[in-house]
Amino acid sequence: MEPSFLLVQSLSGLASASSLFVIASGLTLVFGVTRIVNFAHGSFYMLGAYVAVTIVPWLLEFDRSPWLFFLGVLASAAVVGLLGVAMEILLLRRIYRVPELFQLLATFGVVLIVQDAVLWIWGPVDIPGPRAPGLRHGVYIFDQRFPAYELFLIVVGPVVLGLLWLLMHRTRFGVLIRAATRDREMVGALGVNQALLFTGTLFLGAFLAGLGGALQIPRVSASAHMDLSIITEVFVVTVVGGMGSITGAFLAAVLIGQLQAFGVLIFPKITLVLVFLLMAAVLVVKPWGLLGRPEPAAGRAALPEGILHPRHFGRLEMALGAAALAALIALPVFADAYMLKVATEVLVFALAAFSLNFLVGNGGIVSFGHAAYFGLGAYAAGLLVTRIGLPMEPALLAAPMAGGLFAALFGFFVVRLSGIYLAMLTLAFAQIAYAVCFQWVEVTGGDNGVVGVWPSAWAASRQAYYYLVAVLSVAGILALRHVIYAPFGATLRACRDSEARADAVGVNVRKHRWLGFSLAGSAAGLSGGLYAFSKGSIDPTLLSIPMSVDFLAMILLGGIQTVMGPVLGAAAFHSIKDLFMPLTDHWRFFLGASIIALVLLFPRGLGGAFAMLRSRAGQRRLAAVTAA
Amino acid sequence: MAAAALAGLAPARAQGAPVKVGELNSYSRMAAFSVPYRHGMQLAADTINRAGGVMGGRPLEFVFRDDGSTPGDAVRVAEELLTREGCAFIAGTFLSNVGLAVADLANQRKKLFLATEPLTDAITMAQGNRYTFRIRPSTYMQTRMLVEAARGKTQKRWAIVAPNYEYGQSAAANFKKLIGSAIPGAEIVAEQYPALGRVDAGATVGALAQARPDAIFNVLFGPDLTAFVREGNTRGLFERRLVLSLLTGEPEYMIPLGDECPDGWIVTGYPWEQVEWPAHKAFVEAYRARVNDTPRLGSLLGYVTVQIVANLLNKAGTLETEKLVDTLAGLTTDTVSGSVTMRALDHQGTLGAWVGETVLRGRTGTMRNWRYADGANYMFPEAEVRAVRPGA
Repeated sequence: MEPSFLLVQSLSGLASASSLFVIASGLTLVFGVTRIVNFAHGSFYMLGAYVAVTIVPWLLEFDRSPWLFFLGVLASAAVVGLLGVAMEILLLRRIYRVPELFQLLATFGVVLIVQDAVLWIWGPVDIPGPRAPGLRHGVYIFDQRFPAYELFLIVVGPVVLGLLWLLMHRTRFGVLIRAATRDREMVGALGVNQALLFTGTLFLGAFLAGLGGALQIPRVSASAHMDLSIITEVFVVTVVGGMGSITGAFLAAVLIGQLQAFGVLIFPKITLVLVFLLMAAVLVVKPWGLLGRPEPAAGRAALPEGILHPRHFGRLEMALGAAALAALIALPVFADAYMLKVATEVLVFALAAFSLNFLVGNGGIVSFGHAAYFGLGAYAAGLLVTRIGLPMEPALLAAPMAGGLFAALFGFFVVRLSGIYLAMLTLAFAQIAYAVCFQWVEVTGGDNGVVGVWPSAWAASRQAYYYLVAVLSVAGILALRHVIYAPFGATLRACRDSEARADAVGVNVRKHRWLGFSLAGSAAGLSGGLYAFSKGSIDPTLLSIPMSVDFLAMILLGGIQTVMGPVLGAAAFHSIKDLFMPLTDHWRFFLGASIIALVLLFPRGLGGAFAMLRSRAGQRRLAAVTAA
Repeated sequence: MAAAALAGLAPARAQGAPVKVGELNSYSRMAAFSVPYRHGMQLAADTINRAGGVMGGRPLEFVFRDDGSTPGDAVRVAEELLTREGCAFIAGTFLSNVGLAVADLANQRKKLFLATEPLTDAITMAQGNRYTFRIRPSTYMQTRMLVEAARGKTQKRWAIVAPNYEYGQSAAANFKKLIGSAIPGAEIVAEQYPALGRVDAGATVGALAQARPDAIFNVLFGPDLTAFVREGNTRGLFERRLVLSLLTGEPEYMIPLGDECPDGWIVTGYPWEQVEWPAHKAFVEAYRARVNDTPRLGSLLGYVTVQIVANLLNKAGTLETEKLVDTLAGLTTDTVSGSVTMRALDHQGTLGAWVGETVLRGRTGTMRNWRYADGANYMFPEAEVRAVRPGA
């Protein structure tokens, strides 16, 4: 290959890196200060592009000057920044006191709402933006033509980096941001107005995302799918760089841009998985990313975000449980075929959600990639039935084994990390598994998947299959529940609450977490196998990020601090989705709005709300008894 | 919009119990295609109901549902349509994996499924079944139309760029298989498969140009296409190169390209404003009057689908699935897009596509030197169907 081509290809990589960095710097700032995993960051990027394709052409009507173009871009970024402020004031500020993960659920609700709002405001047709005046042309670099606008983008990245450095080191606001990134509690204790600091940070973060989107309009059209296509990549950049580190994000973006530009020459299909391979590799070697620091709370005994005291069932819970069980058994008598179908799915998801909360709530292992084990279980069962011709029964045995095996394999690396890095490594492994299912067409059927995964004759009717799912799912949930109350579950909680103390009393922390991870994976695998037979097909969407996010939403809605909450959450989430989907095209909007409403009403989830009612009632009874 | 979907289509003159057909599609995620498609269906159903309905006077009613764009959601929605809504059969779906999953459900539940938009060859070939029919020309057919249009050209060195999923992969595979017959000695010198919706246009264009091809076969569409065309225009990738491009001439993809529309690409598409068939002209007029927008390919497909459904119901005279399937196999319908036959052998419709060159007129692109390629001439050869399709 000629050197001039290599140079131009590398410049292409730098241009992509620059755009990626601008967006990622905002995410990393917001995370550093507020500890919020902001799923809505991609939505801000998309809004930036949409606002820009609206404002900039209008400005260019007056005069086709580059200055007006860039004024429009900055104005769009500012508009998006204000939307970030609105999100902070109206939503996030109300839930800072609850476990940090709930804010993730709230931002997920925002993602859904913005998706539909964009369709509603701008319509479904992609909108191409104008090219930048004065930068429309190509520039010759030796014999290769290169877009002038991309040369400009290459400069933008380092300029933004420089400006952020100045902001961080030369202004009081920046110093406070750095301080809060290092130790948020200490900043609060020293009397800094946290509300103002958070609002300012959200403005800056959303502004940068909006800027990244607005700067893209001469290259890509604004479309309603931009948010999800960028958000994972941006997460990868921030994590590889080290959460909270702006310079790290810059390094990571450059690394990814170059790998992408040259990777496609050797592996033309690499873009699907490249960034996740890189993230997995970096996290296995450097557990806090390239330039990140260990999380400040890591050495401190913090209030854990999960199941504190697993309560045994009292008389009321026993009665409710028995009623629920009776309802399960009687359901086929009064439900129509479709309701039975939905109930089957709720049971499947309840098991998957319960297994996830076994990790998150009980083990403090936040997995963003739980769908991997669900999906791999489904694939194991589905492939055995369709490719080997096994009947359903042995295939259903293989599902939890596959889920457990892969959880053991990935978990071996995962449990070495903690916090957000651990979460992102689970995401990386899930995406790698997804890519294999997607790409290995001969065996997995690629993205079309495999059809013909139907139950054996005796379980083929909706009623029979419902009972099969009910038995296995309830058994799975009860087994996991038993483990939570058993010494093994208590040991996992000890590892979650204080690694150092657990270690000091002789617990092999890693081994316990690893076993816990594998157990949860095998339960998810069983649930995936059951799902495959209820749908008749398997395909990569079963392992995809949206599926993992759905599981997270279920446990958060249900409440990660309660043992049985995830079951409630799965039922609520699936019912809300099923309620709105037939009603309107804009069901995502209503799903998102419902999630946000539930987050605001029940900031500890449905299970948490129940527990609170219960303890209040208990106190009242106690008061009545003492009064008597 | 939602209210209209819920209320179904109020019959004007047709009497008696309505015939309910379930229609599931990606109305939320793929609205640019599916909303015009639904408009086309509603227009056709209204027209038919005003003229007396189907099966001797019963109104035709569509129950529209979002398929959630995943196989899991779609299968549940399909079950809802078949059980709770009591639909006689189902139609629709957009994505190939969704279409295949619903097709297999139809086979399992022994209900008719009319796949309208999914392009994957598998749905009528390797994974075809008795209960599933597909209306649109498949990936193979559209690729073959393009390759035929390139017959007699002299370009030997070809580069392929396609989105990395089934549609892109199988279009590329079909192209590799077919190009040699149209241009003897043609070779593939570069292939790029960016992830769908995430094309890194600069790197992709650079990698293609590096191979110095004489011609390019493009399968990218939507936002990926816009990014690719802009980058390629600025970098001169398309200069003095022949480009074959799947689907690019459809209004769905032409409109977002705007004035970036390249000149002289050979594409499949739908130059709706130039098609002079009387029935088609009447359709365009009625559509524009009703929707206040120009028709898209989706609008045409929706209209044609309803015409086929109405013809099927009238001919079958019953809602009994086995009878419907037997009637639809080999059924010919006069549609606004010409005569369409559902071939009995593989259940593939003979709906065609327009093949021509792109040209920029005013601020949007359209097609010139086009001709209508009747799908009947581009079907899979019967021997190939018999070799792969189960039970064929």
